Amino acid sequence: MGIEERVPSGVMLTSLEAVIGWMRKTSFWPLTMGLACCSIEMISYGGAPRYDAARWGQEVFRASPRQADLMIVSGRLSQKMAPVVRRLYDQMPEPKWVISLGACASSGGVFNNYAIVQGVDHIVPVDIYVPGCPPRPDQLIDAMFKLKENEVRRQPLGAHAVAARETAEQAAIDAPALHELKGLMR
Amino acid sequence: MTQDTDPTPLDEEPRDDVGTPEDAPDMIAPDAAPGEEPEESPDEADTDDVFVPDPSVFAEDGDPDGATSYLASGADWDDIVAEQAERTDSVIVVNMGPTHPSTHGVMRLVLEMDGETVLSLRPGIGYLHTGIEKQMEYRTWVQGSPLISRCNYVASTANEAVYCLAVDKLLGITDDIPERANVLRVMAMEVNRIASHLIAIGSGALELGATSVTMVCLQEREHCLEFTDSYCGLRMNHGYIRPGGVASDLPSDGLDRLRELVRLLESNLPAIAEFTLEQPIIKLRMEHVGTLDLAQCMALGATGPTLRATGYGWDLRKMQPYCGYDTYDFDVCIDTGMDSFARWKIRLAEMDESVKILKQCIEKLERTIGQPFVIDDPRIGPAATMTVGADGQGASNEHVKLLMGQSMEALIRHFKKVTAGFTVPPGQVYTAVEAPGGEIGCHLVSDGGLKPYRVHLRDPGFHHAQTMPMMCEGGMLSDVIVALGSIDPVMGGVDR
Repeated sequence: MGIEERVPSGVMLTSLEAVIGWMRKTSFWPLTMGLACCSIEMISYGGAPRYDAARWGQEVFRASPRQADLMIVSGRLSQKMAPVVRRLYDQMPEPKWVISLGACASSGGVFNNYAIVQGVDHIVPVDIYVPGCPPRPDQLIDAMFKLKENEVRRQPLGAHAVAARETAEQAAIDAPALHELKGLMR
Repeated sequence: MTQDTDPTPLDEEPRDDVGTPEDAPDMIAPDAAPGEEPEESPDEADTDDVFVPDPSVFAEDGDPDGATSYLASGADWDDIVAEQAERTDSVIVVNMGPTHPSTHGVMRLVLEMDGETVLSLRPGIGYLHTGIEKQMEYRTWVQGSPLISRCNYVASTANEAVYCLAVDKLLGITDDIPERANVLRVMAMEVNRIASHLIAIGSGALELGATSVTMVCLQEREHCLEFTDSYCGLRMNHGYIRPGGVASDLPSDGLDRLRELVRLLESNLPAIAEFTLEQPIIKLRMEHVGTLDLAQCMALGATGPTLRATGYGWDLRKMQPYCGYDTYDFDVCIDTGMDSFARWKIRLAEMDESVKILKQCIEKLERTIGQPFVIDDPRIGPAATMTVGADGQGASNEHVKLLMGQSMEALIRHFKKVTAGFTVPPGQVYTAVEAPGGEIGCHLVSDGGLKPYRVHLRDPGFHHAQTMPMMCEGGMLSDVIVALGSIDPVMGGVDR
């Protein structure tokens, strides 16, 4: 019927997406970008022998955004810092992912005031949110694994990538404005 | 931006034109108006051996708007190179930070460089401004403790301590704090001091490229965090010290955990000193780098290990004892090196002193088992007697029974205390404690209400940041990193 029936035995077929996704998910290069308290826990995750991110090949934090594919926004993001973070995100090559580490990065946390951006998703698209103030390194490990399984491994390529982008854009166009949202959780 | 695009060789002649408007390095300052630049003053040629800051870069006295400001947003590389090529000198402006792996967080340094020599350095702060001081004016007195804990997040217990001591002083209950509460406060502060010094040493070494030192320090820090986790449920940002005492007593196995922590620290901490103090690379990088003498420390408000590295044994735990520090036997660590290495040695020695204090804490805690850990004042103490049940910590059954079934007044009081808190008499106080980085002070003003009228923190990191030009100008670029690591400014505390 298909090509599967004509290839010799012992040959396995898969998609390019699956192979590339499988390779990508084991080679994260996070960006060295510490903002506040959570960055200390991020250092513990990367450097402390107890957590030892080297076990999964993730200890190589890169200081240059050009060499990084994962941005861990670790901590509260001030209004003054926001353009800098956005610039770093823009400088990272595709494909790239963002982890919002901690309550402040995810939603502003306890700092609901003039100085703090109320969630980094205002300025960069976030793939996974980690709660906690600050989250334990264990939680960051968990987030890393979930990100790898759910996002990185399934990163679309080629025509699929174009279709995914178009779907996302259409969804953003169709999304109701805040004042149009009805219901309890306004 | 470290490329030198100047066609003239660096060592041709001493530059006497530094600081003139012609070399205004406005490559990343689009708002610099060339027509508005001041005239060159005639007597500037005489000051060829004195570096005159470029007036178009840094505001002068009386300059209303600060002339040119450098933005952290950068510019097109071709524009930067073209403008650098137009300059007549070899001064280049290097922007370092706010996200740089060696600037201790989101600190930004703007350096004017001649080759590898730093001509001028200006720290740029505010990238982590969180508005904590302002927000505390909208939180109750007790809520202030966990909030101020997040200022200097590496040495958070010192923040809580200075704030709670200020509230205690304003309430007039400083002398009524139970002994066990004070011992628990000291214990929390000293464990936190060790954790903070380990971060200061570890990240300072990491910035020099010594990753193994960092790993050893983080490993020891994990033991400290594990212990804090056991008594307050959090590894960082504890909110443990509260007005009138502490949030909770040690858990049932707390003393055993503390003994184990002391044992681990006693056996492991000396190893860090052993393999760093005689390490030739660390010595070469740190000795005679970032020097600050006593007069400079005094002028710039430097405290803590930086001040003690000049041989002056100023430690508030000895000079103005608080929380019963006068009943502990420990030494103030001093050194006379005045450089980064001296501060490194002081931090190592102070950790040993902290372990010594922790051992005395164990004795005192053994003696005061069962005694109150918070002031016996229904107005200030916790709203409910807490207990640990099968589903975690909560109000004890006896207390719930009292509230729900027996006493309407107790229920009202509980409700008022949880929703509104307590009032503090009007007035203002200033308290200071010895934080790991230096002297942290709290100026607290109350108008007699349920919330502070004003809370201001004097953070040592803020004052240490201003010593950076003094330590670095005239030195090498690579020494800037060493000097910055040696004063250990935590940006959460600097910017608040």
